[in-house]
Formats: sequence, structure tokens, C-alpha cells
Amino acid sequence: MSGRRNETSATTARGSIRRQLFVQLLAVAAILSLAFFLIVREVAGRVAEATQDDILAASATSIADSLRFEGGEVTLDLPYSALSMLGTINEDRVFYRIVADGRTLTGYDDLPQARPSATAPRPQFATFDYRGDRVRAVTLLRPVGSGSTPVQVAVSVAQTRLGMAAISARITSIATAIGVGFFVVATALSLLAARSALSPLARMTLSVTRRGPADLRPLRTAAPRELVPFVDALNGFMARLRTALGQSEDFITEAAHRVRTPLATLRAQAEVTYRKLERPEHRQALREMIRAIDESARSAGQMLDHAMVTLRTDSVAHETVRLDELVRETCDRFAPTAGLKDIEIVTELPPAPVVLAGDRILLQNALHNVLDNAVKYSPADSTITVRLSAEPGAPRRVRLSVADQGRGFDGRDLKQLTRRFSRGSNVGDIVGSGLGLTIADEVARAHGGHLDISENSPGAGACIALVLPSA
Amino acid sequence: MRFLLIEDNERLASAIAERLRLDGHAVDHATTLSAARECLDAAAFDLILLDIMLPDGDGRQFLAGQRRARNAIPVIVITARSAVSDRVSLLDLGADDYITKPFEFSELEARCRAVLRRRGGSAANQTSFAGVTLDATRGSLNTGRRIETLRNRELRLLEVLFNAPGQVFSKAQLMDRLFSFSEDVSENAIEVYIARLRKRLGGTDARIETVRGLGYRLVGPR
Amino acid sequence: MHRACLAICLNAVLAVACVLAGTGAGAAFEAEARKFYPAPNAPPGAPAQTGAPAAPDAAGRALRIISTADLDAFEPIILGFQAENPDIAVDYTIASTSQLMRAIHDEGAVFDLAISSAMDLQTKLANDGFAQAYRSGATDALPQWARWRNQVFAFTQEPAVLILSESAFAGIAIPRNREELIALLRDNPARFRGRIGTYDVRVSGFGYLMATQDSRNAEAYWRLMEVMGRLEARLYCCSGDMIRDVADGRLALAYNVLGSYASARIAENAPGVRIVQLNDFVNVMLRTVTIPAGARHVDSAHKMVDFLVTLGQRPELAARSGLPPIDDRVLRANNAMRPIRLGPGLLVYLDSQKRRNFLRSWTSSLVQE
Repeated sequence: MSGRRNETSATTARGSIRRQLFVQLLAVAAILSLAFFLIVREVAGRVAEATQDDILAASATSIADSLRFEGGEVTLDLPYSALSMLGTINEDRVFYRIVADGRTLTGYDDLPQARPSATAPRPQFATFDYRGDRVRAVTLLRPVGSGSTPVQVAVSVAQTRLGMAAISARITSIATAIGVGFFVVATALSLLAARSALSPLARMTLSVTRRGPADLRPLRTAAPRELVPFVDALNGFMARLRTALGQSEDFITEAAHRVRTPLATLRAQAEVTYRKLERPEHRQALREMIRAIDESARSAGQMLDHAMVTLRTDSVAHETVRLDELVRETCDRFAPTAGLKDIEIVTELPPAPVVLAGDRILLQNALHNVLDNAVKYSPADSTITVRLSAEPGAPRRVRLSVADQGRGFDGRDLKQLTRRFSRGSNVGDIVGSGLGLTIADEVARAHGGHLDISENSPGAGACIALVLPSA
Repeated sequence: MRFLLIEDNERLASAIAERLRLDGHAVDHATTLSAARECLDAAAFDLILLDIMLPDGDGRQFLAGQRRARNAIPVIVITARSAVSDRVSLLDLGADDYITKPFEFSELEARCRAVLRRRGGSAANQTSFAGVTLDATRGSLNTGRRIETLRNRELRLLEVLFNAPGQVFSKAQLMDRLFSFSEDVSENAIEVYIARLRKRLGGTDARIETVRGLGYRLVGPR
Repeated sequence: MHRACLAICLNAVLAVACVLAGTGAGAAFEAEARKFYPAPNAPPGAPAQTGAPAAPDAAGRALRIISTADLDAFEPIILGFQAENPDIAVDYTIASTSQLMRAIHDEGAVFDLAISSAMDLQTKLANDGFAQAYRSGATDALPQWARWRNQVFAFTQEPAVLILSESAFAGIAIPRNREELIALLRDNPARFRGRIGTYDVRVSGFGYLMATQDSRNAEAYWRLMEVMGRLEARLYCCSGDMIRDVADGRLALAYNVLGSYASARIAENAPGVRIVQLNDFVNVMLRTVTIPAGARHVDSAHKMVDFLVTLGQRPELAARSGLPPIDDRVLRANNAMRPIRLGPGLLVYLDSQKRRNFLRSWTSSLVQE
């Protein structure tokens, strides 16, 4: 059903909830990934810097601890560990400077030194360029000496940031990998989430599409809260449709009854009267009357049939139909009618069952109309061959053909034949209408097939075939 | 044959009944389902003609009830409904056949015959004349030496003649029985069928005699 | 070993010359010697030069190396390098470690390579931004301890050893570690008085490096210095002199002698001299090369660095130069071998205050005036 549905779907899709949901989830994932990446990078940078600061502070502290006051001046015995500890993690360049009373005691005397306030003897950290590299420096203030005026010694240790940069680059690349991985996983999960979020919708769609055309009961599927209004609306709509369809069917049925019963009365009375009449001119007049009754009855019947077919083809039931049995049964039912003209209906059915998914009533009606036409247009003492076979050259298609030995169509207007109310140009003298073929054509189309009209050979009868997809 | 016609439309019912009586059938008429049940209790019928839209109920329910009660009288439903929606369910409910209003009586007759034939026929439908037996239900002719299967029109024509041996039937009368109102055929068309029947009866004592200027009649051995 | 290249030396321009201030490439430092090796593929028309290369072109295109290694050790390497790179001329200047440091660090002399046994000074060059980085497959193949910042590359590993005269130790046990050595010296003051040699760390950069590393590694160091001081140890500027005096019998033992020189000399002609690697620890000095920031022939310098760090793949050449190439297996085989760690720790003993303090302690222990 879906294939045909798509072809004829009147709804143009605008956007997709799933795509929208997916894109939104993806956007959230992307933002989170990016945030994660930025935060990790920032934290990594800070941690690396803090680590370096700690080591620098430890180094400066160990230098400060080695300061002595001897003989009126500050001396220093630089501990080996003070600088070697800076080389343990990485291969950064190291600079130091010790200043006592504004005079450089030792170290790199061009190393910029922060001026920590004596009141807050906390290590002062700074980052600046020195000797062609960016360095991180700590300056520590330590009073040395006793007495009332201890000497303020400023110890500075600086280190380039190569190792820190390497650490944070490594963490950044890990963060990038995790961020990308997170994004990929989030993408997959988003797809799943979008799909599962919409699964109730898919379930509801399935439960609606699986229904037969006559099934207009309210939907009882348990729906998520968000879909309840929609389900309610759908059920309300189906209720209205049910009423409307019921009214349509009732109307058609009622119309048929109103038209046919008086016609039947009229015809029966006319026939009774006819039998009692003797004079040929009276009989002839009554014959004309009966014929008019027949013609109007048949037209009315076909119009009502067509209306009903149109109503049903909007939503073809897809029950399993044994087409071979249907053909045999319909032909059997038709045999008495055909027999009135000594027309024999010959059925040629394949030995194996022919199964298709479709609407029994519609198919039966289509065949009925085709047979009706064939009987009408066939001469007495002829044969109508109903053949059910595989469609040559098209797998999974069956051909149900009805060939008569009537006058055919004189090869002229085969295309026009199925147009509503059109009639074969040479059958004006026979009650009937092209509506029968129109009905058959619509039924074939509703089943995804088509009607094939041909002539056995010019003047040697018509062949009407329903080509249908088999199951 | 004895018909029970269940039809609420009086005028239609009387027209149908009269038409059937013209062909020599007995017809009881009921306008409601309850009346129909009374008729069924009172007499035996060969066939029920049932309209499905009745004032005191749905004909389909009556049908289903009959079938549940194992009442085996054949039922032909006369329906005014759209064939599309009704045909299948009527058959499923146990109707033997259906016919859509309005209908040609010859078709009703053919269907009745077909239904009865499917149900196994009845001896009442056999007519014998001059050693030849016509079984209208089976559509066969027993000449004593062989059994011929008749075509539909042959049967109907022969039936007319067998029902009134010796009576002269005009061509027009015979044509009324043979051709539908929609067919425009000349009176000579009847001669074809007369010729066929003479062939079938060849070698028997029964003959179809041409009465010049009047028509045809069935006569016995000279 | 220098004999091996005699034939080549005929063609080579022997340019051992004192380069005075204001000559050469504007260098203000004092170099001990200089020799120019023209490119073997040089056009034949190029006249042989004596003394400092007069042709500015030739000198201008040459790979300028400033090195503390003397020609005995390094000439085979230069010639080996030129055999593989015949288009490169080499201008080889020999300087002391402090001269080298001053030239590059303070005076901005232009050299393409700086080769020194003073690991501390090489480290300081790199730390203070006077070296440029270089990476290649060859340098990456070096063990981690043999390179720093991809700027300082070790190409030899030379243990500091104890050498002694076998005759002086006749009848007594040869010490296996510093404690035994201290005990031995204490117990036999008469035998060793005036017959102990070691570096004068005040003048020798290598001696200072070894002394500071000793002091860092062992408490026994200062006791050893005290004992040596009491026994009137003789102080030397160079390993070669100590080896010579041990060989001559003037010294009974010499402490912290560069093992590579010692083994070379002994292999030559010094019977009765014995090399002892103490089993408590052996400081291993790494001879290193750096590419100064102002190098002009960087490509040639890169080739030379690659050539030097892969010296181990040319055992014959290494044997001829007497320089033991970097070999991790040798170190793993002897747990006592400790390569001096490159890195900022080496800067500590270069600190002026630290040096003053150390030398004061050392002098008071050893000189005992």
C-alpha cells in the first residue's frame, strides 16, 4: 500500500520532526562537546601552570632557605636541588636571580623581578618574555639577618613554559579526542533518541494504515501524553468520517432502492401487459417502453455502482483474495444471464491458486461489469472466454481477460472507451454504457494495476483484461 | 412450481406474481417477514423470492434464520441495493442466488431453473409427449434412445411446445419467450431454433409442425 | 693516533697558530690553536695554505668548530667526516672550556659548532639561549640522558677514574672504593705523601665539574680531600700531565683522571700504570656538542652533529680517536657508572656564590696553607 500511497500522497512533507530533533540533539551535543573541550583545556592549562608554579615556588623557597647572614653580608649556597628539581619534568630553560638590598647577589642580573610588598610575603608569580622565550617566574621575599633591620632578599626563579605547553597540548589533544568521541557517540545516541522518540508515532501510523477501509473505530493505541490531543483529534475526525461515509453509503443504498423498486414494478407490469396485448403496434410501443426502463435501470445501476466503487477505492481493503475462486464464482453467477442468449462462458484458470491482496467486492464488481458488457455486446450462440494467467513479461502480475466474439471496437477509440459515460461508437443500439469499463479501470488502478483493452482481431470481438499485481 | 414471494411493495409484488402465474406457476405473496413465516408453516414451496428491505425486519436476518433452522427451500434474493456492497454477503448468508431490480422475467426464470438444477432438480419438471421426455430443470431431452442436452433457447422453446401439445403458437408468441426486449431480431430468427429442435426430435414420434400463416405446433405420431 | 693521518696532513694546511685578539672572525678570545682542513673536493687550483687560512672564501665557507678536544683525539674524526662529506671544509679551533664559554656566551664569536667537555658550560649556553635546536633520526636515537632540549648532544661518555702506579702499590691492596682509598691513604702516609695527584679545580673546568659531582654524590669526598691535603697532594691542570707523572713514577696515584685519555696513553706506552674504576660510583663525563645560535653553516653543522652522535657505529674511528662513543649498554653493564645529568642542576655550581663557597671549602681542605 505504501508505494501507491506515496505516489498519490496529497500531503507535501515540510521538514521532518526526526531530522529536527536529531539536529537539535546534535547541536546540543556539539555545544556540550565544545564546552567540554574548552573547559578541559582551560583547566588543563591552569593545572599545568599551578604545577609549574608549585615547583617554582619550591625552588625559590629552597634557595631562600639557603640564604645566610655572615659577616655583615648576605651569602648564599645555592642548593643543587633548587635548580635540578626544575629539570625533572621537562627540559625547560631555567633562570634565577637573587637580589639583596637592590643589589644582585647572584644569578641573571637582567631577569625582571616583581616587587612583592613586604607586608604580603606571598610568592608573586608573573609571566613575561625573557631571552627569546615566554617564562613563568616566581619572586619570593625573605628577610635575612637579625637585629632591627634585616636585609630584604628577593629570590626569583623563572622557567620557560615548554613543558607546561607540552602537558597542556597533550591534555588538549586528549580533550579533543574525548570531545570528538563524545560527539560521535552523541550523534549515534541522538539518532536512536530521535527514532525512539518518534516510535509511538510510527506505531500509531502503522495501526492506522493496517486497518481495513471500513475500520473507522477510534484509535485505542496507548499514546504518549504529547500525542493524546492528536489522537483525540484523529478519533474525532474518524468519527465524523464514519458518520459521513455511513451517510454516503446509506444515501446510495436508499437511492438505489428508490430508483429500482418503482422501475421493477413498472417493468413487471409492462411485461404482464405486453403478454396480454395482441396488436403488433401496441406490443412494439410496450417493447420500446421496457427497453427505456432497462436502459435507465442499467444506467442508474452503473452510476450507483460507480459511486460505491469510488467510495471504496479511496481506501482499498487489502485482504487476501483467491482470484481464481472469485472468477469461477462470478462466472457461475453470470451463466444464467448469458444462457438467455445461448452464450457460453468458458473459464480458463491456472491449476494453482492465484492469490492477491485486494478488495473482493471491488474485484468482483469489476469482473461483473466487464462480463455484463461482454454479454450485452456478444451475439447469440457465442462464447465468452474468461482467462486468468500470469502476465507475460511481468513477474508478479496476473492478467484476467474477458474475450468475446462480438463486434469489437473497429480499432478506433480504445483509449476513450474507459472514459466515463463513453460508449463504443458502434454499440448505440445496445443498452449499456462505457461506465462499466470505467468501473473496471478504476478498480484495476486502485489495486495498482491497469485495464488493457484490445481486439481479438478487427471485427472478431473485444478483449478486456485487468492486469493486477499478484501477492 | 410454487413460489413464496416476500415483497412489501404491493404493486411490484402483484406484478411479479401475475407475471409468474402467466407462466403457470403458483405464487403466494407475503408482505412481511411474519406473514412469510406463517406461509412457510402452512404450505410447501419450491422456491422463495425474497426482498431484503422489509417493514418488519431485514431480509438478510430472515435468510440467516432460515438457514439456521435448516430450512432448505432455495432462496433467490431480489435486491435493490448496490451490487457492490451486497452481493457477497447475500451469498455468504445462504442465498442461492440474487437478482437485481428491475429484472427480466426470463432471467429470473433462468436463475430459478439454475438454482433448482444445483439443488438436484425435481420430477415435477418433467414433461413427456409421444415417448419423448423433456426435463426442464436439467435442460435435457430423453428420446428413449438417447438423452440430448438442450441449449437454453432450445429448452425454452421446447418447453412452450411441450406444455401445450397441439396448440398453435404464433412466431411472435414464441419470440417473446426466446428473445429479450433489448434484442431486435426479425421473426425469421425463430426459424433457426425450430430447425434445430426438429433435428433434435428427429427419429422420434414427436414433430414440430408448421401451420402456415399461423405458427407452429407440437404433434404426435401420424 | 695522529700518525694515522700523516699522509693527509701533508695536504692539509697545518695551521696551528695563536689567534690573537682582533684577528680571525672578529674573535676577542684567546684560542690555543687553529687548523684548517680544506674540503677534499676543493678545486685543485686552491693553493695550499699555511697558518690561518688566508683565502677568505675558503675560510668563509668552512665549518667553523670551536672545541676543547685536542687534535690527537679529534683529527681522525674530522678526516672521517670529510671522507663522507668531501665538500665541507673544516676550520678547527682549539680552546679551553672557559675560553670557549667566553667566546660564545660573552663575545658572540661566530662558530658553527661548539664542542666541549664542560657539560655545565654547554648546558648554560643552551639555557641562556646561545644554542639552536636540531632534531634528526640520529639525535633521537640518543639515550634520553645524552641530550638536552635538542640543543646539547653528548657524543662521548668518559668515566673519571683513579690511576695508579703498580710499583707504588706493590704489596698492598688496590682500593676498590673511596672509603678504602681514604683508609689506605690514612694508613700509609709515608708511602703517599707528595705522591698524590688531582685536578686543581680552581683552574680546571673538568676538575671542578668532577669535584662538584663527587661532593654531591658522596659524603666521603670531603674527607678524601682532607686526607689528600694532609698528604700534600699535587695539583694539576690536565689529565695528560697526571698520567705522565704516574707513568714516570713521580705519582703513586692520580684521582679523577679522564679515563679516555688514560687508556689511550696506557695503550701507547705506559706499562705499570693501572686504571681503577671505583665501585661506589664513577662519574661519567659526557663530551657534548651544540650548534651556537649564530651558526652560519647550519647544514654542515647538522651533518657533523649527526656524524658525532653516531660515532658508535664507527668503532674503528672511535678507537682511533680514543673517544668512547655513547653506548647505553656499557652503562647498564656497570651500575656504578653515573653519567652526569644534563640540565639546570648543572647551573648550580656555575653560580658565582656557589663556586666561591665550594672553592673556599676545597681550598681549605686540600691546600691547607
